[in-house]
Amino acid sequence: MSNQLLLGTRKGLLTLQRGNGGWVVARTDFPGIAVSAVLRDACDGAIYAALKHGHFGAKLHRSDDGGGSWKELAAPAFPADTAGSPSLFQIWTLEAGGPQQPGRLWIGALPAGLFRSDDRGETWELVRALWDVPEREKWFGGGYDMAGIHTILPDPRDARRVFVAISCGGVWETRDDGASWKVHGKGLIAGYMPPEQAEASEIQDPHRVARSAGAPDVMWMQHHSGMYRSTDAGLTWSPLKPPWDDFGFAVVAHPEDGNTAWFVPAMKDELRMPRNGALIVSRTRDGGKSWEKFSDGLPQRDAFDLIYRHGMDIDASGTQLAIGSTTGALWVSENSGEKWQLANAHLPPIYEVRLI
Amino acid sequence: MAEVHFTSWLREVVPDGPFQVNGGTVGEALTALFANKPEVRGYVLDDRGSLRKHVCVFADGMRLPNATAFGHAIGAQSKLYVMQALSGG
Repeated sequence: MSNQLLLGTRKGLLTLQRGNGGWVVARTDFPGIAVSAVLRDACDGAIYAALKHGHFGAKLHRSDDGGGSWKELAAPAFPADTAGSPSLFQIWTLEAGGPQQPGRLWIGALPAGLFRSDDRGETWELVRALWDVPEREKWFGGGYDMAGIHTILPDPRDARRVFVAISCGGVWETRDDGASWKVHGKGLIAGYMPPEQAEASEIQDPHRVARSAGAPDVMWMQHHSGMYRSTDAGLTWSPLKPPWDDFGFAVVAHPEDGNTAWFVPAMKDELRMPRNGALIVSRTRDGGKSWEKFSDGLPQRDAFDLIYRHGMDIDASGTQLAIGSTTGALWVSENSGEKWQLANAHLPPIYEVRLI
Repeated sequence: MAEVHFTSWLREVVPDGPFQVNGGTVGEALTALFANKPEVRGYVLDDRGSLRKHVCVFADGMRLPNATAFGHAIGAQSKLYVMQALSGG
């Protein structure tokens, strides 16, 4: 069970501490500045915060003392000769490499550049092979004016195999540490495209992909046009059909059990809010054949809370979950999502939740 | 030498302004300043070396269009203000 969580919010990086009376905000770093991504690297305990200044661009900071002090690092930048002359707009996700790669970090950005560091974020390199795939010409923005990378999943068996998801550019895998890439995603269907293009892999909008560390061939996807599961590490996907809304953003996988995952349904895309103002969390424990929905402790009327793609996390035991909403509410469950406790209803809009 | 002031929002990045710099244009003055204060460059310019969309420069009381600001001629007594545009807030 985690006793601390990090929140990347519209108004700073919040550290919450679990005490006898519930969760309290123990510290606010970078007050007033949007924190678009946050990561604690389990290899060395360093905390990374990606900032999105409204005026001054995307920045990256690291703390080596649990948030007591911060050092600004050089933010990744697109080299001058990058095709298309892009400029970094936002760091969308931060992930650590494998356990055999201390100091390895990945950044997924808007626009959809993948950046790699092998020195704890001191220097960054654009992964050219992914940026230069010819399919990039077909990518387009989903929610932003440009395509972006929001999910990076190193394979726990072999960290040279890395899976990334792009909105809207499909799902991609490298098996040689970024030197070459292949698009996957057979079975995904984009309802927002003309029928003859709906199955094209390179224009899919995977809102978020989760993988179980203990069953890494199993992946779960919340897609713009439905929910999917893969049992072959993302090569092919099968639709999931819960008896309620299949739209949403967030998904987490059980850390060991490849049959168990959680989603947060919302009304589809013109609305993006809980149906009938009632927030629910759904769970399957049989690979998506059947579904449970949980509402105990969650608002069941007048709720507009949307859980964004990085707004749900699960601990290593698979029993503690946390969800943070676009309207600034945070809930924690300590029984696998069956019951929830409101931690705070008055936070800034929450972009990312990390149990640490 | 021209005098360059930064918005108070950047006080944590460059606490010791204003700065005296040489240059016949805004671009030359900022280039000279960034050579001594590289930590502020990425807050004012983007990856492409262009003025950030939501940063604006005033020279001698006049707001300069971002597209042409670098080429704007300045004199030894000029005062430059690098400000955040309200459009980015």
